[in-house]
Amino acid sequence: MVRVEELTKRYGALEALRGVSAEFPAGEVTAVVGPNASGKTTLMKSILGLVIPDLGRVWVDGEVALGNPGVRGKIGYMPQDPRFPENVKVAEVIELIEGLRGERPREAVEELVGEFGLGEHLEKPAGVLSGGTRQRLSAVLAFMFDPPVLILDEPTAGLDPLASSRFKDRVLAERDRGKTIIMTSHVMSELEELADRVVFLLEGAVIFSGSLEELRRATGEERLERAVARLMEER
Amino acid sequence: MRGPTYKIFRHTLSDLLRSRWVGGYAVLVGLMTGGLLYLGEEPTQAVVSVLNLVVLAVPLVSLVLGLMYHYANRDFALLVLTQPVPRGSVFWGQWLGLGFSLAGAFLVGTGLPFAAYAFLGRVDWVPVAVVLLVGALVSLVFTSLALLLGVLNDERVRALGLAIAIWFVMTMVYDSLLLAFIILAQAYPIESWVIGFSMANPVDLARVMVLLRLETAALMGYTGALFRKFLGTDLGFAVALGVMVAWTLIPAWWAARVFSRKDF
Repeated sequence: MVRVEELTKRYGALEALRGVSAEFPAGEVTAVVGPNASGKTTLMKSILGLVIPDLGRVWVDGEVALGNPGVRGKIGYMPQDPRFPENVKVAEVIELIEGLRGERPREAVEELVGEFGLGEHLEKPAGVLSGGTRQRLSAVLAFMFDPPVLILDEPTAGLDPLASSRFKDRVLAERDRGKTIIMTSHVMSELEELADRVVFLLEGAVIFSGSLEELRRATGEERLERAVARLMEER
Repeated sequence: MRGPTYKIFRHTLSDLLRSRWVGGYAVLVGLMTGGLLYLGEEPTQAVVSVLNLVVLAVPLVSLVLGLMYHYANRDFALLVLTQPVPRGSVFWGQWLGLGFSLAGAFLVGTGLPFAAYAFLGRVDWVPVAVVLLVGALVSLVFTSLALLLGVLNDERVRALGLAIAIWFVMTMVYDSLLLAFIILAQAYPIESWVIGFSMANPVDLARVMVLLRLETAALMGYTGALFRKFLGTDLGFAVALGVMVAWTLIPAWWAARVFSRKDF
């Protein structure tokens, strides 16, 4: 489980997060939605320790996360636009991350490489990969250590239908194994397919937090896209 | 098991040693040094010419390649920072990898032609060793400055502009300002001031260090002569060396502090 309390972050005049509190329970996929610049990425980066909040607290799997790099061993992360070093082979990137985590899950890597069709790319320089292939490598790196928490920022952008559908199956399987999954996507139908819960952010504040069912009841809209639009209109 | 700093260092090094930019830099330095040795009458002359390379090209190349690497690698650094490693390890690992690559490219590019020349004729190794040491130090100083500019500026164009401005001031403007100062203040005892100015400019220090170890006092310039006069050859060299090390470590340490507190 991941919990954030009263997270506040300011970039100069811009208040990116204004006292955000939210809970992301284990065994569920929580979609973080909101328009551009609503604080979604800042929220996820605060959990990951990439952004240092001005105020507030973060717990990951029961541990205090701020100022505690060790806690990141419990998180798998897929960034919005993953980039890899130019001259290093894909297999070497995997080895580097294994080295930094101090784990070598060879079987999991083999399985994931097969699942995401990366086998033919392992010996290529990571810098020449196409967008979709980078995204698949990013998925392997996020899932390979079997972390209890997964943070997925626009994870299907650039994936072809086959990879995308395999990816979604993987997300649901991880959820059923009790993982805490936090994700964003601009594709509402995709969130509808995967998400159990929604945290809706607007201008750095939580406007709605609850299950999809609760969101439907609160807005009287069946479709997620409509429900979110309704929430925005009401503001 | 080795620590994360070492792993990031090794990774950065293996990325950069395969980079065509670093390779190209080493080859270019090699061709220039080889050419200077081939055309010159004796290797000490080539040392002085290599020194000009050290004070002009090495700072610029180190700044530009350092910044290029910093920005090209920024998104991957983001992924590395989400691993269970302290930010300090990520920074120092990259600093070491970049510094080793740039200093290494210079050492190989300059050292190999001199080593080859040693088969043909006699080489006086002391000035060669000093110019190699100084070139490596200059590479490290400007690696640190490049990373400092990189972590302070999210916009690469701005960082690159500042880098070129710093390079221009240290290599071009500095000499004119120093000359103007000496002329305007000639009625006063300004020697210690001039030594102080020299310490504020790693490029000038590099020149002083090499010239203190050459017998060509006429080439020394004003600051070099002052170093010899007031500190003597050995102490002057040691002081200049110490200040160069400080020029390497202080910007790097500052950059590490910024890196540790930064939002990515």
